[in-house]
Amino acid sequence: MKITRTFIFSIVFLLAGGLLLIAALQRTNEIVPYRMTTLPQHVVPSVAFEAPGVTTSILRFPNEDDSLSFNLEIPTVSYSLIVALLFVGVGTYGLVPLQNERAQRTKTNGLILAGILIIPTVLILAAAGQSTNMISMLGASFRLGTPIIIGAMAGIWCERSGVVNIAIEGMMLTGAAFGFVAYTFVTASIPGQGGLWIGIAVAVASGGLMALLHAWLSVTFKTDQIISGTVINIMALGLTAFMRREVILNADASFETLSEFSIPLLSKIPVLGEVLFTGKPIFFSMFLLVILTHVMLYYTRWGLRTRAVGENPHAADTLGINVQRNRYINVIIGGLIAGLAGAWFSLETAGGFRDGMTSGTGFIALAAMIFGKWTPFGAAAGGLLFGFSQALDTRFQLLNVPIPVQFVQMTPYLVTMIVLAGLVGRATAPKAVGQPYEKE
Amino acid sequence: MSEAPVVLEVRGLTKRFPGVLANDHIDLKLHQGEVLGLLGENGAGKSTLMNMIYGLYSPDEGEILVNGKPVNIKNPNDAIALGIGMVHQHFQLVPVLTVTENIMLGTESVRGPFLDRHKARQRILQISQQYGLDVDPDALVQDLPVGVQQRVEIIKALYRHANILILDEPSAVLTPQETQGLFQVMRTLIDQGVSIIFISHKLKEVLHICDNIAVLRLGKVVGSADPKTATQESLASMMVGREVLLRVEKSPATPGEPVLAVQNLTVQDDRNLIAVNNLTFDVHAGEILGIAGVQGNGQTELVEAITSLRPVVGGKIIVAGKDVTNFTPRKVTETGVSHVPEDRQKHGMVSSFSIRDNMRLQTYYKKPFAKGIVANDKAINQASEQWVAEYDVRTPSIFVSMGSLSGGNQQKAVVAREFTRASKLLIVAQPTRGVDVGSIEFIHKQIVKMRDAGTGVLLVSTELDEILSLSDRIAVMYAGEIIAIIPAADADRERIGLLMAGVREGAVQHE
Ligand SMILES: Nc1ncnc2c1ncn2[C@@H]1O[C@H](COP(=O)(O)OP(=O)(O)O)[C@@H](O)[C@H]1O
Ligand SMILES: [Mg+2]
Repeated sequence: MKITRTFIFSIVFLLAGGLLLIAALQRTNEIVPYRMTTLPQHVVPSVAFEAPGVTTSILRFPNEDDSLSFNLEIPTVSYSLIVALLFVGVGTYGLVPLQNERAQRTKTNGLILAGILIIPTVLILAAAGQSTNMISMLGASFRLGTPIIIGAMAGIWCERSGVVNIAIEGMMLTGAAFGFVAYTFVTASIPGQGGLWIGIAVAVASGGLMALLHAWLSVTFKTDQIISGTVINIMALGLTAFMRREVILNADASFETLSEFSIPLLSKIPVLGEVLFTGKPIFFSMFLLVILTHVMLYYTRWGLRTRAVGENPHAADTLGINVQRNRYINVIIGGLIAGLAGAWFSLETAGGFRDGMTSGTGFIALAAMIFGKWTPFGAAAGGLLFGFSQALDTRFQLLNVPIPVQFVQMTPYLVTMIVLAGLVGRATAPKAVGQPYEKE
Repeated sequence: MSEAPVVLEVRGLTKRFPGVLANDHIDLKLHQGEVLGLLGENGAGKSTLMNMIYGLYSPDEGEILVNGKPVNIKNPNDAIALGIGMVHQHFQLVPVLTVTENIMLGTESVRGPFLDRHKARQRILQISQQYGLDVDPDALVQDLPVGVQQRVEIIKALYRHANILILDEPSAVLTPQETQGLFQVMRTLIDQGVSIIFISHKLKEVLHICDNIAVLRLGKVVGSADPKTATQESLASMMVGREVLLRVEKSPATPGEPVLAVQNLTVQDDRNLIAVNNLTFDVHAGEILGIAGVQGNGQTELVEAITSLRPVVGGKIIVAGKDVTNFTPRKVTETGVSHVPEDRQKHGMVSSFSIRDNMRLQTYYKKPFAKGIVANDKAINQASEQWVAEYDVRTPSIFVSMGSLSGGNQQKAVVAREFTRASKLLIVAQPTRGVDVGSIEFIHKQIVKMRDAGTGVLLVSTELDEILSLSDRIAVMYAGEIIAIIPAADADRERIGLLMAGVREGAVQHE
C-alpha cells in the first residue's frame, strides 16, 4: 500500500472516530432515539430530544424580543456517536484500495467533511451538561476575525502581484501605534469621534508608508522579499515601542474607542442581525474590503493585470504592462489595508496601545490567505475560522472544560492542516511570488 | 517578390551582452506579404535580434525602419503600435488565465470600471474564424496542448492588429501534424497581407514555407538564399560554416543478446489513466530500436517506467537479465542504463549547478569522483574538461552554470554525461529537440557509435526523419500500445505516418 495523504488522514480519522466511539459506548444508557419535540413555551421552538436525564449541550440563541429566542439542545452522547460513526466510516472508506477517479473524489470529500465537523464537535463536547450563548459566540468570531480578514486582504493585494508580504504584522503594528499617537495629539482639539477618524487615516497612511519601504527594497532593489519583510517587522516592533515610551505614556490617559452602531432594519433579523449588522466601523469595512478585493481581482483591468504580473511578469512585460509600477501600487495598497487592520486594535477595540499588541495576527492573516488559496472569499472563510477559534478559547475558560485550553487553541490549525495539507490540493500561490523581476 | 515594398528593415543593428557580441551590425529587409526565414544555430543571435525589434532589448547601435521610416522602439508598446507582433520562443502566456484573458491582457476592453469579456470574446472568435485559428476562448491556457497555446499567441498578435509577425522557433515544440496546421495558418495570414519572419533551424521547413532566407552565424548575417534554388545541404553549411552530413552513415546492425525485455508492461499517467497498455518488446545489444509516434501516446510514460521515474502498475522490465521493475532510479542506473531524457531542463540537469557538477550527478558517490566521503575535485575537473572537449560543448569553462548554456549545448553536455557512463542500455528520448543541425549531426553520429560498440539503444522521437535515419527496427506507438514493429528496411514515410495516426496494418490492406 502506498502512503498517500488520503491514507494518513484516513488513519487519523479512524483513530479519532474509534476513541470517540469507545467513549460514547460507555454511556449507552444515554443514547436516545431520534425524536424531536416542540416545547410549547416558545413561539420559535426549542429543538430538543425528549429524553429526560440525558446529558445535553445547550446552544442558546437569545434575542431582545423573547419570542424570538430559541435554544438548540443536543444530546451529547448521541451526537458523539453519530460523529464517531461518520469518522470511522470515512476513515475506513479512505483505506479501501479503490483507484478510480470517482472513488478518490468521494474519499477526499468525505475527509473534508469530517475535517470541518471537528469544529462544531469541539464546541458541543465542551458545552456538555451546560449551556452556551451562541449569538455572542458567533459575534465574537466575526469581531476577532476582523483584523485577520482585513490583514488577509492586505496580503492578497500584495502577493497577487508577486511580492511576498510577511510584513503585514509590522504594518499593522505601525498602523496601530501611529494611528493612536495621532489620535492622542488631536483628541483635545476635536470633539466627539472626529479624533478617532483622524487616527484611522493616519494608521492607514503609516501602513502604506511601511509598504512603500517594502516595495522599494524588494521591487527596486530586488532584495529578498522575506528579508525585506523581516526587516520591516523588526523595525516596526522597535519603532512603535519607542513611540509608546516617548509619546503615548506622556499623553492624557482616558481614551475612547469607535462607537458601535446598528444598521437599521437589517439588525432586526434574528441571529444574523446581531452577529453581522451590529458593530463598529472597521468591522463593517471588513465586509466591504472582501467584496472590493474580489471585484478588483476578477472584474477589473487592474485585477487582470495584477494576476498576470503575479503569475508571469515576463508575459505581462511583453504586452507592454509596467511590472514594477503594478507591483509598487499593489504593495502600497496592501500596506494601507494592513494599516486599517492595525487601527482595529488601538482605535476600535483597546482604546490604547501596548507594545506588540497585534501579537501575531499579521501572521495568522497570512495563514488565512493561504487557507483561502489567495482568493478573497476563501481567505475570509479562513479568517473566520481563526476568529472562531479565538472565540472558542474564551468560551472554554467560561465553561470550565477540563481540557487544557492550549489543546483547544490548536483546533483551527489542525483543521487548516487537514484542509490545506493537501486534501483540497496544493496551495496555489501566484507563480512568480517572491521572485524579483529582471528585464534582460 | 522584390517589387513588393519593404515593411521592415534593420540597419547595422548591434547588441552586446557581457562578454558576448550577440548581434554584430545586422542588416535585414522584410518585404510586404512574404515569409522571411531566419536560420541560424543555437546562440547565433536570432532571438536577440527579434527582441530588439519588439522593444524588449534596446540596441547598442543601428536603426530600425518600419515602412521606410526610422523608428525608435523603446518598449513592446511602441512595437505593438507600429503593427509588430511576436510569438516568443518560450510562450508568454499566463497559464491560470483563460484564453480570452490572456489575449486581452494589456489592451483590455472595458465597460465603466469593469472588464468587457464579452466584447473581447467576440473579437477573438472573429479573428479565429478569419484566419482559421481554432481556439476555445473560455478554456484555461494551462489545459491547452502546446499547438493550441501557439494559436493563442498568434491571435494575441493579430488582436493588436499586427501586420508584421515574428515567429521565433514556432515549430520547435510542435508535432509534425501541428506544424502542418501552423503552415496553413501562415499561408492564410500572408494572403491577408501580413508579413512574417519565421525563425527555425529545421531546414526542410524553411525551404518549404519561406519566400526568402537569411542565415545568421555568430551574430552576423552570413548570407541569404532563395528557397527555389537552395538545398538543405547548402543551407546547413552556410549555417554551421562547414560541410554538414545530413544523412546518417551507418553499417547494418549486428544485434546480440537482448539487453532490455519489456513484458506486458502497464503504466499510468499523472491522472491515473492507463498510458502504457500491456506492452511487450525487446531491445538487443548492438541495435537501435526506434519508437515512433505522435507526442502523448505513452512514450514519455514508457521511458519513465523503464528508468523507474514512474511506478509500474503491471508487467515486468528486465535489463541485462535482471528484473528492475519498480527499482529506484539509482539502482536502474547502476544496472547499466543511460538515459537522455525528453525534458532535459527538468530531468537531465540542474541548471543552477556548474557543468562540472552536472557531469557527476549519478556518479558523485563512486570512484573516481569520490574519495571516501569527500569529492575528488581533480578527477572531476579532468573528466569534465575531457568530455566537454570531446562532445564539443561550447562554453567559456566547466565552472559556468548549466542554465547559462544554449539549449543545444546543454543537450550535448547531457549526452556527454550519459554516453560516457559505461552502459548496456541507452535510452534517448527526443535527443535533438531544439538542437541545431551541426549538433544534430554530432549527436546522431554518437548514437550510432554507441550501437556499434554493442550498446542496445532505445530511441524515442516524434521526428519521423530521425527515426527513419537512425533505427534498425521501428516500433510505432499509438494510444499506449505498440501497433507494429517493422525492420527499418521495410519502413517508409507513408507507412509509418499512417501507423502513427493509428491506422493498423490490417486496415491498410483493405484499400
Ligand atoms: N539576456 C541575455 N544576457 C546575456 N547573454 C545573452 C542574453 N540573451 C542572449 N544572450 C547571448 O546572446 C547570444 C545569442 O543568443 P540568442 O539570440 O538567444 O540566440 P538564438 O536565438 O539564435 O539561439 C548567445 O550567446 C546568448 O548566450
Ligand atoms: Mg532563440
